[in-house]
Amino acid sequence: MKVLPMGERALLVELADGESAAALHAELVRRRAAGDLVVREIVPAARTVLLDGLDGPDGPDAPLRLAARLPTWEIPPLPARADDVLEIPVRYEGPDLADVAALWGVPVRDVARIHSAAEFRVAFCGFAPGFGYLTGLGGVPDVPRRATPRTAVPAGSVGLAGPYTGVYPRSSPGGWQLIGTTDAVLWDHARVPAALLSPGARVRFVPEGR
Amino acid sequence: MTDRAFAVVRAGALTTVQDEGRPGHAHLGVPLSGALDRPAAALVNRLVGNPAGAAVLETTLNGCALRPRCAVTVAVGGAPCRVTVDGRAVAWGAPVRVPAGALLEVGPAVYGVRGYVALGGGVAVEPVLGSRSTDLLSGLGPPPLTDGAVLPLGAAPVAHARVDTVPQPGPPRELVLRVTPGPRADWFTDAALRTLTTRAYRVSSASNRIGLRTEGPPLERAVGGELPSEGMVLGAIQVPPDGRPVVFLADHPTTGGYPVVGVVRERDLAAAAQAVPGTVVRFVGVGGLSGARHG
Repeated sequence: MKVLPMGERALLVELADGESAAALHAELVRRRAAGDLVVREIVPAARTVLLDGLDGPDGPDAPLRLAARLPTWEIPPLPARADDVLEIPVRYEGPDLADVAALWGVPVRDVARIHSAAEFRVAFCGFAPGFGYLTGLGGVPDVPRRATPRTAVPAGSVGLAGPYTGVYPRSSPGGWQLIGTTDAVLWDHARVPAALLSPGARVRFVPEGR
Repeated sequence: MTDRAFAVVRAGALTTVQDEGRPGHAHLGVPLSGALDRPAAALVNRLVGNPAGAAVLETTLNGCALRPRCAVTVAVGGAPCRVTVDGRAVAWGAPVRVPAGALLEVGPAVYGVRGYVALGGGVAVEPVLGSRSTDLLSGLGPPPLTDGAVLPLGAAPVAHARVDTVPQPGPPRELVLRVTPGPRADWFTDAALRTLTTRAYRVSSASNRIGLRTEGPPLERAVGGELPSEGMVLGAIQVPPDGRPVVFLADHPTTGGYPVVGVVRERDLAAAAQAVPGTVVRFVGVGGLSGARHG
């Protein structure tokens, strides 16, 4: 674990890998809920967790004190989540299916089979409200981003990039390779919670009509 | 029946509704957002007797014009400008009573970029995740004002302002931003860190509510390759492949993949919000920018 400075009120904690970052994130969320940690934002990412808005009772020294304390913590391994696996129905008919199949060296129809067999976890969010970076696809090569991003990717598009799967919450430009479409609503600010996917959630993609 | 609302007669280049933003949702990809010049927004709210969290209008460069449908107290602050009611000049930086149906004109900024217009009761559009701020990056909150739009006002404040005029610092001729070390300062050469903290940059015209972009000597990386996405904070100085520092402002993305060389102190960001394109920017290293690490 490496604790890096990030301005006056934040710390960026770097871990060896995504799994360790997820475990630290879970522990930080637990400690905040228990009242042992005062922090405004806990933002997990690929292999870091950002703590921002560290004020509270420790005052302006809060980041320094926490930075000294953090490496002494015992971080339990990522607990098995008791909550259900979220199922997202997908029509596997995206424009980049053939490219992904070629990259994986499989027939086109096997992309859906491989993708829907995996159990994903929301590693982190970003890019747009409700956009989750999902990990869990194993045994196939990472998919590079498209050389030329599309100017408009429709809402509900299911895409691949690097080790991640993601679903576009709204229409936006994007460079991910699109393999399918879902009618699931990823973001609705009138709903509680607004985001369908939050860090740590478990997800499965279910081929529609099955 | 009172009609607590106002019509937008001239929306201006970019006028948005802003309050103190949406803290606590960065892990879902939701930026903080909120007024870029926070002290100015807080001040105009105080002048009309609003609570600090009331929503105000943030104008960009050329002001706006409004026609309230009820008598309302307004105050205009931030970038200094001419303010008129039905064509008659009124005070800037002070509470002004605007009669129902009168035309309030907020003129172009004499200097600075962003003006703030507080109306008694605040702009009462529907909050999203606890905030009425327009977030230009993610499209949350009300859209930017358009000509002809009608926006609701909250109940008139009961309390009166305890001040009726206040001095406000003018936008700086030269923008001095104090910078503490960022998590990836060691991704840059020592020469790059010296360049950042000793050479002059200029505010780029590509700046917006997401970031203050700069023009100047590019920062050379000591570590090549890509950085996996990581969390970003307000004031983070991100350095894209072209080497030109970008200071993240209120609508910044919550995670990003370019290294952060340093972080601008939050207190200095109000001045950054008022720096017109071409303004000289000096990044001053504090807290051991070029090396010290805690942890």
